Order: sequence, then C-alpha cells, then structure tokens
Amino acid sequence: MIPSVMAVETEFLQGLPYFSDVNLPELDSIKRLFFEKTFDRGERILIEGEASDILYFVSSGVVKLFKTSADGKEQILKLVRPGEPVNDVSVFDGGPSPVNAEAMGPVVLYGVREPDVEAVLRDHPQVARSVNRVLAGQVRDLVALVEDLSFRRVTGRVARILLEHAGKGAGEGHRLTQQDIAAMVGSVREVVGRALKALEEEGAIRLERHRVVINDRESLRRLVDAD
Amino acid sequence: MPTVDVGKCNGCGLCVSVCPGSVLVLVDSVATLVEREDCWRCTRWCTLCEAVCPTGAVTCPFEVVFGEE
Repeated sequence: MIPSVMAVETEFLQGLPYFSDVNLPELDSIKRLFFEKTFDRGERILIEGEASDILYFVSSGVVKLFKTSADGKEQILKLVRPGEPVNDVSVFDGGPSPVNAEAMGPVVLYGVREPDVEAVLRDHPQVARSVNRVLAGQVRDLVALVEDLSFRRVTGRVARILLEHAGKGAGEGHRLTQQDIAAMVGSVREVVGRALKALEEEGAIRLERHRVVINDRESLRRLVDAD
Repeated sequence: MPTVDVGKCNGCGLCVSVCPGSVLVLVDSVATLVEREDCWRCTRWCTLCEAVCPTGAVTCPFEVVFGEE
C-alpha cells in the first residue's frame, strides 16, 4: 500500500510547473516534505487577511479563491484546479492572504511548510527559477484581466447580445453559452457571468435553468445606449 | 442544463466534484448527465460545471426569451 501512495506523490510533483526541472532522486527528497490534507465541500481553507505558513497545491477537486465585499457580496477571483498552487503569493512574500479559499467539492491538498519551502529553494536552485517563471505568468494573466475589467462597458455589451438573441427560440443555432457571449463581446467567461448576475440583481433579467428571461427590456436598452 | 462534448471530455471529474445537484457522473471516464430534460435536481442557474471544466467540454447553453413585462 505505502509504495503506491509514494508513487502517486512523485508523479504529482513531477507534473507541477515548480518541479519541471528537478530530477527524480531530488524529487524523492523533496516529496518527503509534503503532507496531505482533505477538505469537504464548503469548508474554508484560507481566510482573507490571515498569514499563510503552509504552501498548498491542489491534488484533486477545485478550490475557489474569492474576496468578500463590505456588503457581503462574494467575488470569485480564481478557480484552482489540480496541479496548481493555492496560496503561493502570500507564502512567498510572507504577507496576509489577499483572498479566502474554499473547497468547491471534496478536495485533497498537498501542503509543505514554509521553512521547508525555503530549504527547497535554497537546495534546488532550478526550483527557484521555475517559481519565478510561474509568478511572472500570473502577473501576465492579471494584467490581461485588469485590461478587461472595464465592467460597465461589458455589461452594456452583454445587454446588447441578450436583446439581439431574445425570442429566437431554443434551436441549435440560437442557444448561447457564457463563453459564446464572451467571444462576441471580447471578454472572458467569468466577467460575462458577473455581468449576468449584476443584470439579475438589477431586476433586468431572471436567470433560470435553461434560459435567461428578459424582465425589463427598457433597462437593458438603457445599458446598451450608455455603452 | 449542462451538455457534454464527449470528444473534449478528458475524464478529470472536476465537474462531478463541484456539482451541487449531483447531475453529473463519470461513466467510462466521460462526464455524463444522470437525468436530462426533466431533471429536477439542476433546478436553478448554476453553471459551476461549465466554470471548472478545463477543456470546455461541459457547457450550459441557454435561450433568451422575453418575459411578461
């Protein structure tokens, strides 16, 4: 039993971008620093503002990273999938976690304590180079997201798409996905999702299982004109 | 509500793990709906399965209609 658990862990570590340039004997010594932690659906993993002294990677399941606004609204910043780190930023800069982290379903994490992270970076310099590359990629992604967050304009464009497609029926060509709308308005799926939720909160539309119901045509038209 | 493009599904099972209504299961490593049009479990706008799918295999298409105003 134990040998197969260790084999899975080495495979998992090999697949992590941080360890892409580490050979197997080195991975074996690094692997011993990791431990497993499981969470149930809805269980909180990290709290916004608290320090992180354990670096977590997702082994299975999905972790939601989100911030909560003063009026209690939740804004999802990222969905962390298997193979990705959950809280690398706050472990590496020693600062408080900028986000909350919660298990979206059953989740298994692999964790490594901060002093051990330091030791790995010191003893395996290729890991430090890989970490630089990963963090640079995150910065790049965030810059692109910031460019896209002229939120009001996206809402107006989404409103226009909804008005254009209303009443066309449920045939193959007329059903939309949030990804379709994102492509049509030059945004990403997550931002379109937020725009739809915002339109529902304003009462302009209602989101149902198979369809979007336009309750207030005028309200949507005003948003389109304001764009 | 979700549809699965079998050609894109890689059997990762993330959609199954996040679905609050247990509408999806893995059959032979392919995401499959448990019940379809008359499904009572996927009762509201959710789209979590679509959000977590890494390949775009799971989508939640919808139609747009005018309601009573």
